[in-house]
Amino acid sequence: MDLVVEGIVRAFWLLVRADREVVRITLLTLRVSGLATLIAVVIGVPLGTVLALSTFRGRQAAASLVNTGMGLPPVVVGLWVSILLWRYGPLGFLHLMYTPAAMVIAQAVIATPIVTGFTMAGIGQLDPGVRLQVLSLGASSWQLLWILLREARLSVVAAVIAGFGGVISEIGASMMVGGNVMGQTRILTTATAMEVSRGHFDVAIALSVILLAISYGITFGLTHMQQRGRHT
Amino acid sequence: MADTILELKGVKVNRGTRLALDVPHLAVRRGETLAVVGPNGAGKSTLLQVMACLLRPSSGEVLVFGEAVRRTTSLVRLRRRMAMVLQRSYLLDGTVLDNVAVGLRMRGVRRDEARRRVERALCTFGIEHLSARPARTLSGGESQRVSLARAFVLEPEVLFLDEPTSSLDVPTRTGLLAELGEVVQRTGVATVFVTHDVIEIPFLAERTLVMLGGRVTADGPVREVLGADMRRALRDLAGSARWILSQGW
Repeated sequence: MDLVVEGIVRAFWLLVRADREVVRITLLTLRVSGLATLIAVVIGVPLGTVLALSTFRGRQAAASLVNTGMGLPPVVVGLWVSILLWRYGPLGFLHLMYTPAAMVIAQAVIATPIVTGFTMAGIGQLDPGVRLQVLSLGASSWQLLWILLREARLSVVAAVIAGFGGVISEIGASMMVGGNVMGQTRILTTATAMEVSRGHFDVAIALSVILLAISYGITFGLTHMQQRGRHT
Repeated sequence: MADTILELKGVKVNRGTRLALDVPHLAVRRGETLAVVGPNGAGKSTLLQVMACLLRPSSGEVLVFGEAVRRTTSLVRLRRRMAMVLQRSYLLDGTVLDNVAVGLRMRGVRRDEARRRVERALCTFGIEHLSARPARTLSGGESQRVSLARAFVLEPEVLFLDEPTSSLDVPTRTGLLAELGEVVQRTGVATVFVTHDVIEIPFLAERTLVMLGGRVTADGPVREVLGADMRRALRDLAGSARWILSQGW
């Protein structure tokens, strides 16, 4: 118990003193996970909508693939992204291995199926009559898409929350493609794991408290956006 | 014919191996009020969706406002000259005002003009006092009035009504049908009205189409086509009313 209290006190002081290393790790965590979530939203929301609304042959197989992807183990993603980005890999010429860009790619691969799957479920749950009614009002394809996304707002924002939650908490992929290099690719999860392995439990607890606080803060903001103007 | 605004020629719609709609020829004239009646699964709603450019037929030709609907035709452009009210109101998240204005916003109508038209539509259906209410807190009758206002505000050339009152209780339904009939008559909008209840037809239509198994089995003035059925239905209704009254109510 003393250890936990000590960790929380330490976290408090690290934040109050604005410890340079902690600030750098925290900002990099936000940048990497935020960018990865943004990429996942840009790809996943339209893809999930198309999968929910279209009737092409192979749609079910594609939907199953997305649903499988929602449970992708981060270490598996880390392994495959490493193979691609490794010096002698197909994308080795980009020299991205052990850079924040590699971590963004890996995290985006993890988050995209999550965002796609939640969006697909949310749009798919809407009554088909809503689509018919909106089309009959004279909506263009973009107007239809926008209205359906607004109607499925609860699910779409839940998709963003789940995607962000999935990547900010993962460690396997970031460790493999980022390498936890101090001052360059160290983020809150990899730093926490490292401090535990070194026996610095108080620092690890402090970092975990910061991670939880960030996660809660961002989820709170998204939840506020999700529930705003809800008329039911 | 110059005043024909909707025409179907040899239209068939297949649903899997089943033929859901088979209409050799059907035309609707400007300002005409047409009721489509038939039991569930008769193809009434399918016919309506084909006419409203919401469903492409498996074969045949559809002419809307004199223009043949082809794969390359902009359906949005044609749909923007029509409006449709479905069995359920499908109101969107937002206020009553937002819902009634949604079609105008899609068409890029200027804000002040949109405001004026929305207010007039709300007044027409007696729901101006509900304009700021969240649409999803309304009763069934109120919701359907909003749905009708949302359609009429677009000033459509053709109005499609797919059993718009079937989810309402009898007094609300009768009142709304009477009001709707009056508005349709006043605006002169061509109306295609789907129902499975013959009693509702005289409120809205002069011509009726009877459908069964995806085919049109009768087409003509309401009095000719449904006169006997309607009299029987009214007698049954009157009989029920007499019996209830005889029980001391």
